[in-house]
Amino acid sequence: MEHAEILHRCFRCGYCKLPGSYMDLNCPSYLKFRFETYSPGGRMWLLRAWLDGEIKTSPRLAEILFSCATCANCVEHCVFPKFRDDILNAFLAGRSELVDEGAVPPAVRDFLKAIHVNGNPYKLPQKDRGNWAHGLDIEPFKDQEYLFYVGCVGSYDERGKKMARSVAGVLRDWNLSFGILGLDERCDGNEVRSVGEKGLFRQLAEQNITQFSDLNVDKIITLSPHVYHAMKNEYPKYGAEFEVYHYSQMIERLMKKVPLKPKGEPVRVTFHDPCYLGRHHQEYSAPRKILSRIRNVRFVEMDRSKEDALCCGGGGGNFFSDLLGQSQDSPGRVRVREAVHTGASVVAVACPNCAKMLEDAVKAEFLDDQIRIMDLAEIIRALTET
Amino acid sequence: MDRIYPELKEIVGAGFVSKEPEELFIYSRDMGTMAPCFPDVVVMPNSTDEVRKIVLLANREGIPIVPMGGGLVLSGLSRPLKGGIVLDMKRMNRILEVNETSRYAILEAGTSQGMLQAYLKKHHPKLKHSIPDAPPVATVGGNVLIHGSGHLSHAAGFHSDMLNGMEVVLPTGKVVRTGSCAASPYWFSRAPLPDLAGLFIGWLGTTGIVTRLAIKLFPNRSLSDVAVFLTEDPELVPDIIQRITGLQMAEDITAWMAPKPAWASGFQHVIVNYAADSQEELTWKRRLLYAAPRKYIDDRTGGFMPLPPNMKKTFLEAPATNLTVFADVKKGGGFEYVGAIMPIELFAQAYRLGIDIAERFNTTYSTGARIIGAGHCMMFFYAYPFNRADSLDVQRAQDALEHTNRMVLDMGGIPWKAEAPAQKEIMKRMDPDTLDLMKHVMAMLDPKGIMNPGNWEPAT
Repeated sequence: MEHAEILHRCFRCGYCKLPGSYMDLNCPSYLKFRFETYSPGGRMWLLRAWLDGEIKTSPRLAEILFSCATCANCVEHCVFPKFRDDILNAFLAGRSELVDEGAVPPAVRDFLKAIHVNGNPYKLPQKDRGNWAHGLDIEPFKDQEYLFYVGCVGSYDERGKKMARSVAGVLRDWNLSFGILGLDERCDGNEVRSVGEKGLFRQLAEQNITQFSDLNVDKIITLSPHVYHAMKNEYPKYGAEFEVYHYSQMIERLMKKVPLKPKGEPVRVTFHDPCYLGRHHQEYSAPRKILSRIRNVRFVEMDRSKEDALCCGGGGGNFFSDLLGQSQDSPGRVRVREAVHTGASVVAVACPNCAKMLEDAVKAEFLDDQIRIMDLAEIIRALTET
Repeated sequence: MDRIYPELKEIVGAGFVSKEPEELFIYSRDMGTMAPCFPDVVVMPNSTDEVRKIVLLANREGIPIVPMGGGLVLSGLSRPLKGGIVLDMKRMNRILEVNETSRYAILEAGTSQGMLQAYLKKHHPKLKHSIPDAPPVATVGGNVLIHGSGHLSHAAGFHSDMLNGMEVVLPTGKVVRTGSCAASPYWFSRAPLPDLAGLFIGWLGTTGIVTRLAIKLFPNRSLSDVAVFLTEDPELVPDIIQRITGLQMAEDITAWMAPKPAWASGFQHVIVNYAADSQEELTWKRRLLYAAPRKYIDDRTGGFMPLPPNMKKTFLEAPATNLTVFADVKKGGGFEYVGAIMPIELFAQAYRLGIDIAERFNTTYSTGARIIGAGHCMMFFYAYPFNRADSLDVQRAQDALEHTNRMVLDMGGIPWKAEAPAQKEIMKRMDPDTLDLMKHVMAMLDPKGIMNPGNWEPAT
């Protein structure tokens, strides 16, 4: 197994379970399950035991490995600088081994099957992929400066589609030169990669790279931080040479040139950092700059923010497998309770997975009358006018 | 065990009981070198009442039950030596009350050091608790119960000295309180009642399960600083400590000796942490502190070390992460640790012992000490890193550990949070009537012998 050489070096000290402030549990799977086995250190020791034949492949082991949200809190807070960068890679390598053995949790198996058969996790037809943009009057990508890539969640999930439309609407209204792939868009594969299906990810990545190259795409704006990560960090391994931006970075840049007037009453807003924008790419400022430029936003930070942010629980395939759901200690539910404590009435998000996870959590916690989940573009459209 | 499994699920919920091989594997061992001992089941209670019900069940069936906090002692104390139930207490992590006027906090036993530290910082910034150098997931309760020490131990002694009271589930299922809370709504002190806390502190989980406790809090001064006094002569250290502790001004005084990094080799570092509410007070304290060991500066046998800001930050960090990082010295994920409680006059002897043992067992080492109280005793530690992937190296560290324990006892010290073999060594040297009293106390509280059996059990 790749990275097996670091497994025994984990002391299981537990810094990886916490944020930098130590205020509460910050590892999503440990937060939900509470057994030491579901902590990063537990995974390290179990993987070693599994490779040494001390424990066998089992549904429990699969649940332990696949409930990791790949949020990188462990990488961020591990105190061992000489190997911490590979902790998450070791977990993904372990997942790959179980994928090869055919021993993944049923929900992960179904997710992978859906990608294989339907090209998307929702088992919906490819012809519906571009429906999110109906009525927006956005051109297919030809020779515009940017490709706006929305991904599977933005294309098929109702919450994701709403967010994709808001972002596209803002980019359009602010006269950015961009186009979309619509029904020709394919799955980006980041979640496939993060559940350890390396072969399928490679296939998807190469397919997308070829398509983008054929269309002479130079610059890509992604709706999802997960896609941003795949295209910026992983696609170059297969020859990609595109400039990749997350939409918050592009909006922040455009905002400097657009005179915005406040609309409506001031709103208290907090921001939930997406793991694949924050900890994976250290992009903490663009979303906050956007919110700071909306004059009727009263911004307040949650106790856990930036590198200490608690994941919504939707990373690493868990958005589709829901291994972290169904509990009052599900990370999304803990996160919205934390947001309510700030006194904010809006949680700003910058990721369609986070939007969906936290919106579901608000409902599960019966907090609908106290707090709303809004993406950055939705906030711009609701609270400003040009 | 299969018979009680459904009952355990009924008590704590199905998601918090496991007899899966994965949990049994992880809960069979800690980070030290003690051999694994597998539990039959792992249970995570969420309330005192759930603990009580589990204990009643274990008592009815005569099943061993082993409470576990952070599981970080390195001496395998939460390994179930005779199987049974491991009770992971960390779901019980609520901070129930902070009394600012009488400076105490009431906590559930699974509350972590880090969580309390962050909670006080946010809600009661003028207060702090004594933080051990264990990682922040260590529990407050666990550390108190093993006689831990920390960043306020010069000011206030062992963490067990900072305990005001406890709620304890007895092995028979009764729930009792010790300290003032036994007769008052306030958890302010162990006095003036008979000190029943002594029935549970240092017993390594053999007499009951602590579910709540109150600990003393202390002023959190706005400014802090550190000074490091160096000498190459370990014989001088007790007097240097005597002089500095005589000021009763520091919060924490520790010593550190290690062959690496190269600049540190051969030096005894006496590290003094102090704090103040104003710059004027801090300067005044610094002057007093620098004057205390003046004799050794004048005769050039010692001096204060210049501290660049990054090094100062390291020495002021609580908990100190660099102690954890020691586990990667051999790229092997582990170190063994003897903490020995002993009088300060044994410092030089204890230091030389560490060097001799490291040479004998061909290992590197780190040694040091934390001064307890106003120079009343010290916890002298020996740490030997090992490579977990190399079974010979693991054995070497364990041999060094066992040898150190014996030598410490020969010297007149007593190993702290001793692993089961070291407990037997201690009991061999214990006054027989005292040992007999211990046996009687255990038999009285735990007639069926279900509580963490195999600990404080004399060799037969």
